[in-house]
Amino acid sequence: MSPPPTALTRGSLVIDVEACKGCNLCIDACPPGVLSMTEHEVNSRGYRYPRLVPGCTGCKACSQICPDFVFQVYKYETPAEVPR
Amino acid sequence: MTGFVPTDRPPSVPARLVDDFVPALIDVGAHHLCPGCGEPVAMRCAMEAVDELDLVGRAIAVFGIGCYTAFSNNLDIEVLQALHGRAPSVATGVKRAKPETIVLTIQGDGDMVSEGLQEVLHTAARGENVTCIMLNNGVFGETGGHMTATTVLGQRTKTSLEGRDAARHGRPILLSSLLAQIDGAGFVARGAVNSAGNVARTKKLLLRALEVQTRGAGFSFVEILTMCPTGWFIETEEAPRYLDDNLAAVHAPGVLKDVLAT
Amino acid sequence: MTGSVSAPPARARLMQGSEAIAEAMIAAGCRFFAGYPMTPFTEVLEHMARKLPEVGGVCMNAESEIEAVGMAWGAAATGTPAATGSTGQGLSLMQESLAEATLARLPLVVLNMARAQGDYYQATRGGGHGDYRHIVLAPADAAEAVELIGLAFDLAERWRNPVLVMGDYYLAHTARSVAIPAGSPRATPEWALDGSTGGTGQAKLVSFLGSDKQRDDVGYDLSRHYAACAAATSEMVRHVEPLAEVAFADDAEVVVVAFGTPGKYVRAAVRQLRSEGAAVGYVRPVTLFPFPSELVAEAARGARSVAVYENNQGQMLDDVRLAVLGTAPVHFIGGLSLDSSGFGIAPDLEVGVLKARIEELVGR
Repeated sequence: MSPPPTALTRGSLVIDVEACKGCNLCIDACPPGVLSMTEHEVNSRGYRYPRLVPGCTGCKACSQICPDFVFQVYKYETPAEVPR
Repeated sequence: MTGFVPTDRPPSVPARLVDDFVPALIDVGAHHLCPGCGEPVAMRCAMEAVDELDLVGRAIAVFGIGCYTAFSNNLDIEVLQALHGRAPSVATGVKRAKPETIVLTIQGDGDMVSEGLQEVLHTAARGENVTCIMLNNGVFGETGGHMTATTVLGQRTKTSLEGRDAARHGRPILLSSLLAQIDGAGFVARGAVNSAGNVARTKKLLLRALEVQTRGAGFSFVEILTMCPTGWFIETEEAPRYLDDNLAAVHAPGVLKDVLAT
Repeated sequence: MTGSVSAPPARARLMQGSEAIAEAMIAAGCRFFAGYPMTPFTEVLEHMARKLPEVGGVCMNAESEIEAVGMAWGAAATGTPAATGSTGQGLSLMQESLAEATLARLPLVVLNMARAQGDYYQATRGGGHGDYRHIVLAPADAAEAVELIGLAFDLAERWRNPVLVMGDYYLAHTARSVAIPAGSPRATPEWALDGSTGGTGQAKLVSFLGSDKQRDDVGYDLSRHYAACAAATSEMVRHVEPLAEVAFADDAEVVVVAFGTPGKYVRAAVRQLRSEGAAVGYVRPVTLFPFPSELVAEAARGARSVAVYENNQGQMLDDVRLAVLGTAPVHFIGGLSLDSSGFGIAPDLEVGVLKARIEELVGR
């Protein structure tokens, strides 16, 4: 079975890529697992940074655990089905 | 191939901001603490608690000396810098001279339990109405990762290279456990910041501790276990698990004393 | 001053030096005191414990001298006129804090009720680490102590620097008739903390690491801060008037220098010798820092020798030698003189003994 073509998404993030120090804490902290670190791209300080796929619930786990205050978290007024 | 969601701008659909980059009382979020350091997470928690209780206009934060001292430079709260281990006596002077202020200390485990054990014990015994906050990562981080009084058995540091050994290095001091036995202490609790859930629980402890202070119910204390992958010689993503398996196993999170609990 | 016609002179009362010092501190505006009992400082703490609460102040019996100075530090940072004290050993414990409090630009009055006079180096050469200066005042008796305590609080406030008052066992335990001046409250300085600038974007900082928040990710610039502190110290040293009591020096053959309680005995010995026709004079430094070098040099001009009396192995001796700069030989007529208690009660501290030692130099 292939994964559904959309993901129910309740929120999204603004990520301050330049502030990130590539510590990875957000990746494991994210309950729906919608964050992953870049592999080859790095910011101007040489750190990998997180990217977001659809399915964010706006739970703030990432922003609460982040030591570098990288995230702004938005919660949608209406959950949306977002294409993967 | 999964498509990434744009994260360089706010969403185009109606949405509300539920968590901002930097909390209200931190002037500038950028700092040079290590990747994966738990101290900024704990600092954010503490500042959010002060802000939520609307105490900032009468709060004074007394800082010890450690990696976290860098934050004394960036907070929109009045700051009084103390010597290593000496924040509790300074906090006592502030609170006794100006009882209407809210006084908190921000200290590390090396600062508070190694150098300053006498100060925090006596401050608690006197029942000073201040809130002491200990950021406990089991190492002297700022000097490069050395053993402190809270380092757990088996923990490798630069002064316990093969792991802390009871015969050679003695055993860790469990400060919260000591403080909970002191009559002057009104609230003693341990939290951690190695998961979002723990951060939320720690925030509640900090709010409670500040409440104990505002109600004059005695000395309040929150120990916050923080990650230090550098001092622990491990990868940043292993630090939350290491904290659970090693530090939290000895310095167990929870509320040890709460005089306001019915 | 209020609009009233001149206030009646304060009534003099017989009181021990410790009590006079406590009363003087309160009159000078001190509203926070912390200490740890140790002879011969203990009675000052006792008097403050009783009297400070009566004027709405706070007196803390701290768990050690280190916490005593820490508490005074905290109170001082709120703009509350604060003081602490001990005897020499307790001052030793306080040194890290005293050195760093200077870098934090804190006004703090510190009493050393010393045992004998061996703490001169500790007080004037910086018993603590780093390159700082404290103003040091040395009263000879309770009446002068009352004046100098008032001066100490003024100087500490003016220069945002700790000021040390050097007393001793005799000062603590000798009674004399003293008038305590009426005090006036001190204004809270603008740099002081009370929480109110929190949340305004301009929240204050009181720190030995810097005077302003950098609000960036670079942090404190200690080199800049230390340079600013050094500049402030330099200003202070330039402007604080060195004080000394000088008498009979113009035509003196021998000039004797002594500070504190021994200064009284030297004064008496010199007066007796004068009445017997000897050409002797004295200088009694009152500010040990800044040392009254010019006054000593001027007094020594034309003298055949300079004598230094102090109850130690020769500490102020260095400053006298530096002041005199070889224009006359400097002889040490002091030395360790202690009874079995070690509290600084000196068997040698007798006018007759001092007379003999000074006389020995006359006509040499």
